[in-house]
Amino acid sequence: MSHWLPRTYLALVYLLLYVPIAVLVVFSFNDSRTGYEWGGLSLRWYEALFDNRAMVRAMWNSLWLALSAATVSTLIGALTALALHRYRFRGKQILNGMLFVVMMSPEIVLAISLLALFLLVGMQLGYVSLLLAHVTFCLPFVVITVMARLSGFDERLPEAARDLGASDFVMTRTVLIPVIMPALLAGWLLGFTLSLDDVVVSTFVSGPTYEILPLRIYSMVRVGLKPEVNALGTLLLVFSLVMLILSQWILLRSRR
Amino acid sequence: MASDSDLSCTGLVRRFSGHAAVDHVSLNVPAGTFFSILGPSGCGKTTLLRMLAGFDKPDQGDIYIRGQRMNDVPPNRRPVNMVFQHLALFPTMSVGDNIGYGLKRQKVPLAERRKRIAEVLEQVGLPGLEGRNPQQLSGGQRQRVALARCLVLKPTLLLLDEPLGALDLKLREQMKVELKHLQKAFGTTFVYITHDQSEAMVMSDQVAVMKDGRFDQVAPPEALYREPATPFVAGFVGDNNRISGDLVAVQGELAEIRLDDGSLVRGRIASDDLETGGRVDLFIRPESLVLAGDALNSGYSGMDACIRSTLFDGANSRVEAEGAGNNTLYARLPQDGSAPRFNENATVRLAWDPALARVFGARI
Ligand SMILES: Nc1ncnc2c1ncn2[C@@H]1O[C@H](COP(=O)(O)OP(=O)(O)O)[C@@H](O)[C@H]1O
Ligand SMILES: [Mg+2]
Repeated sequence: MSHWLPRTYLALVYLLLYVPIAVLVVFSFNDSRTGYEWGGLSLRWYEALFDNRAMVRAMWNSLWLALSAATVSTLIGALTALALHRYRFRGKQILNGMLFVVMMSPEIVLAISLLALFLLVGMQLGYVSLLLAHVTFCLPFVVITVMARLSGFDERLPEAARDLGASDFVMTRTVLIPVIMPALLAGWLLGFTLSLDDVVVSTFVSGPTYEILPLRIYSMVRVGLKPEVNALGTLLLVFSLVMLILSQWILLRSRR
Repeated sequence: MASDSDLSCTGLVRRFSGHAAVDHVSLNVPAGTFFSILGPSGCGKTTLLRMLAGFDKPDQGDIYIRGQRMNDVPPNRRPVNMVFQHLALFPTMSVGDNIGYGLKRQKVPLAERRKRIAEVLEQVGLPGLEGRNPQQLSGGQRQRVALARCLVLKPTLLLLDEPLGALDLKLREQMKVELKHLQKAFGTTFVYITHDQSEAMVMSDQVAVMKDGRFDQVAPPEALYREPATPFVAGFVGDNNRISGDLVAVQGELAEIRLDDGSLVRGRIASDDLETGGRVDLFIRPESLVLAGDALNSGYSGMDACIRSTLFDGANSRVEAEGAGNNTLYARLPQDGSAPRFNENATVRLAWDPALARVFGARI
């Protein structure tokens, strides 16, 4: 029996996955102005990137937006999941299903409807409108992540805590939250990444007062691919890798 | 109510959509005793226990603990702790933190908390395991942690909901004895629910036999075994043979019964609602059945039976026989070498002292 066929196949798949990323990283250190010639190692595009004040500003804006959108949607989403999990009421199934509708509906539809809504209530497009929009599409992911964790939750644990003298509040703080913590973290990270790289919804609901990174990059590459973008992409890649490793580490520790 | 009783309930009722899961239960548990509630699964044991712990409210009736009415007291303010059916140890906390959880809620200072955790772990036979995770422990060890988590708080009353259910047979036998010792050592009043009659019999001072939300009988284990008050108790507590027939005559304490094949047997009357001509059930314990060749004690009642098989089980070895009217009967075989060997399909005479058999009106 030969193993070369499955091996070659796997190699090709991984090549397909990683070649674009590798090209991006390698060319971010390229000293040449054009994207297809190798001119030696250099950090000039990183320098150029950080000299570009509008770019740095957009980066901070994006980080801040992702941070706040992830945090707000985690808070709201956790409470929603707890309510959906804990209480029985009419229409619970419908509410459950509606989460998936938001998740599955085309982003462009969400974008148009949010824009229409904001215009209708006369809201200034900027940070607030972006935040509201991002919370909207992050929320279902958080709710579903937390609900999945809660579905394996032993209903007797809160009762045991109450039995041992804890008030409802203390029980929530000492038993419920530690148990759903990994889900909260996972939901937060998911929200953070979703928000950080969103283009479609953001294009519709952002205003000139608050420029964010994905839109900035998008407008940059429309006039031609600048090597700075490679440097930026590499930084984002490293950043998301760190986030990924961090989240896995936390999950592993909590499962120990 | 008696002032030395730790728990007393009067006329407790709990209905779920019209159906009474607990139906007019009254009970009284003296301080420091081991009280078991024994009944088949679904008879309302957990529902009753949850009302005692405060997780559920009775629709009718009152709960008193040491004379204090508890109906409107929330679970975190009752002097009661509960060992849950599946233990419900906190998975995110170490063994020490699990046990210290209640102490911390009582604002016991850290140093004393540590001391009491170490003490109670010692008492349940797990010294030095504070730092472990509950998931790293064996089933029996987790069991003890769940017990320690409650006992460390020195509750007036400890409620236990089938705590041994998840353990394997060997460990269960061992824990039975240990639980009894722990109860004695701590002097805490235990209310223990189980569907396993041997658990209830071995450990308890008093056993309440529960059926369809009601108590059939409350008595010490031996009385329950020897003097069952209802046919349900006779059939549920310990092994028993049941033979159906018609009551033909009553002579003092004894009843004469005609079996379906026409033969006559006798047993002691155990309920006072029997009428001549009525349908009755006769209960005889396997150890009360004597396998007699032919020589019979004069006062004994008996019937011919055909041996079906011999079931060897050490001290609990029995023969299975088919008696008059197609009744299957089990008789215990003494393992001291005095029992003769039987061939399958051999006919023997099964005899018993009528005073040891119980006659009840037949259940419909
Ligand atoms: N929360 C509930 N809602 C509806 N019915 C219930 C509820 N809890 C228990 N029951 C019913 O009450 C009866 C007794 O249940 P339970 O007390 O759990 O029995 P046991 O512990 O003796 O096995 C069962 O028929 C069960 O279906
Ligand atoms: Mg139960």
